[in-house]
Amino acid sequence: MSERLEIKNVHVAVEGQEILKGVDLTIGRGEVHALMGPNGSGKSTLGYAIMGHPSYEVTQGSVELIDSDGTRHDILAMEPDVRARAGVFLAFQRPMAIPGVRLADFLRHSVTNVRNPDRKEGQELMPMRDFRSELKSKMQELSMDSDFARRYVNDGFSGGEMKRAEILQLAMLRPRFAILDETDSGLDADAVRLASESIARIGGAEMGILIITHHEQLLEHNIPLQTHVMLGGRIVESGGPELAAELHKQGYDRIRKAYPEAAAAEEAMEAERRLEATTS
Amino acid sequence: MTTTTAPASLFNRDAFHQLLAENPLPEWADEQRRSCMDQLEKLVLPDRRQEHWMRTDLRMFKPDMWGLRPASSSEPPAGLLSARFPSSNDQSHDAQTMGRPDYAGHFKTINGHVVQNEIDPALAERGVLFGTAEDVLASSGEVLKNHWLQIIDSKDDFFAALHGAFHRGSVILYVPPGVRIAEPIHCLAAIDDGGVDTSHVLVVLGEDAEATVLTETAACGAAGSGTGFHCGGTEIVVGKNALLRMVNVQNWDRGVWHVARQKAIIHENAKLQWTLAALGSRLSQVAQDVALVGKNAEAQVNGVMFTEGKQQLVYNTLQHHEAPSCRSDLLYKGALQDRSRLVWRGMIKVDKAAQKTDGYQRNDNLMLSEAARSDSIPGLEIEADDVRCTHGATSGRVDEEQIFYAQARGLSADEAARLVVAGFFQQVFDRITIASVREALATAIGSRIRRVS
Repeated sequence: MSERLEIKNVHVAVEGQEILKGVDLTIGRGEVHALMGPNGSGKSTLGYAIMGHPSYEVTQGSVELIDSDGTRHDILAMEPDVRARAGVFLAFQRPMAIPGVRLADFLRHSVTNVRNPDRKEGQELMPMRDFRSELKSKMQELSMDSDFARRYVNDGFSGGEMKRAEILQLAMLRPRFAILDETDSGLDADAVRLASESIARIGGAEMGILIITHHEQLLEHNIPLQTHVMLGGRIVESGGPELAAELHKQGYDRIRKAYPEAAAAEEAMEAERRLEATTS
Repeated sequence: MTTTTAPASLFNRDAFHQLLAENPLPEWADEQRRSCMDQLEKLVLPDRRQEHWMRTDLRMFKPDMWGLRPASSSEPPAGLLSARFPSSNDQSHDAQTMGRPDYAGHFKTINGHVVQNEIDPALAERGVLFGTAEDVLASSGEVLKNHWLQIIDSKDDFFAALHGAFHRGSVILYVPPGVRIAEPIHCLAAIDDGGVDTSHVLVVLGEDAEATVLTETAACGAAGSGTGFHCGGTEIVVGKNALLRMVNVQNWDRGVWHVARQKAIIHENAKLQWTLAALGSRLSQVAQDVALVGKNAEAQVNGVMFTEGKQQLVYNTLQHHEAPSCRSDLLYKGALQDRSRLVWRGMIKVDKAAQKTDGYQRNDNLMLSEAARSDSIPGLEIEADDVRCTHGATSGRVDEEQIFYAQARGLSADEAARLVVAGFFQQVFDRITIASVREALATAIGSRIRRVS
């Protein structure tokens, strides 16, 4: 059983451009960490790289799951689905639509694979009756209408519906380590509160969570052990929950002044993006 | 050393006389065959100057390789539509077997020779005719004279005339007015390697009748690469207020030439749900026409195509609105793998009299490889002024972001690809009201999808 997710000196490049320039972060079981930072600082890149998106190349460093007996599992060597089966979860900032595939059917495959990591395609799925009753109770806990599961995965969902569907998947899959990439964006204040409560209930002592957010509301019921600030592809400062509150209220000016090198890297990355946008 | 031996029979005058002797039909039907034979001798293979054949590559088709074959000793294949749903004696309560049809009749041929022919005796008592063309036309030809080979044209090209002259192993279903058959009727035309099938299917529903007909083609044995030649015809008449669900699954081996002409005539207030599925053949040239001839008639046309290797499938569809206030709705969906090619050329034709027509045609294709190619060519020909006719076509690829998203939830890349493709077909499956057909097609397509790259 994995006790820690250990990210060491991770460098990530996308299409040859280095986005992450050495990230260190360790998340223990039962811990909540918040990751904040201005747009384009590399927060989502970290999530994609940990999950194994093919366009995000880890050029240096390691990401490992460490069991209580000290056994290390190199997740960078795993296919994305093997990472999911090893207990890693990413709630997408922009989840993909899969038209024609009902959320319930998708989740039944997903839950079966994650709970039976050695399952081969074609082998039996979780019994329909058990799956349905579990799904129903989870949806009730999340105040979701039961029709929701009959809809096609993220197809025609509003921004808020997509985020709730991601939380439902989190609740059903119960991963060891979850990265929630702006699971609060697109939600109104009430919905954020509900999401915050839901995540706290799902998480508990068993799950390590990395919450990527711009706001502090999502942290209301998920008090972070640590808040990390990313700038220019590095974590430049870590602190307690008060750091999240400060950044939410006052923005990143203090951080940029305190870490001029990272701020310069951020500007360079931003300039390159602008250049790409005008030439493409 | 083996040498290539001459085929057992060619489509020539001698073979024709032998066929007339072995499979006699009533004089009027034989007369039709003779005139088709006369016509066949005047015709050559269609070429690409002909509109419907413009995108069909017949260069490798050698007509002198093919002829009627003697009876085969092969075991008939179970077929896609019946294999997974065996006898109803199985008392299993597993939810997976729910919706399994209990058949009202079976008809099976190999190389055009009948190997199974049975109908629920209770239906026969109610006047339902089902069986070989020889038997049904001999006993009840008068009822069917106006339909048998009168609906499709059997003179206007080489293959049409060949079919008109050499049809064999043909099946007729006639459902008298007011008779509703709840269970499906299953017809399977099989060939063995190098085999030939020229079967004709005629389905006639009288006023207020109802039926479900599942027809499929398959190869004996499980090699998958056998050769053969099918030159078939399907004629459908849906009488006033009648309802017909018709399914044609083409699942030949990968070396089979498939040429088929299919047409339905739909009368007042009648409804036809017609599903075409294609998984097999080397080359297919299919004409599928629906003619809405009575007020308020309705046709729903569904197409499910999966192509791979170097398969080339060409469909020409026509929705002909001849009467007012009719609806036709065509949805063809294809997924293409490897270097395969899929062509759909659709036409909605609205006659001057057909006011208040509601016509729709759509073709969506999903490309699973860079080298696959699809062509969608919708067309409208409208002479009435108060109509609603629209069309659409899309061609897309499996999105790698979808695959990654599903992988992030624990599905393997292959499983994810299969799910995305299954989702693509869901829209057309949602229209097919026969659960067993949906399941059989979904499974058959799923097993053919390889890792998308």
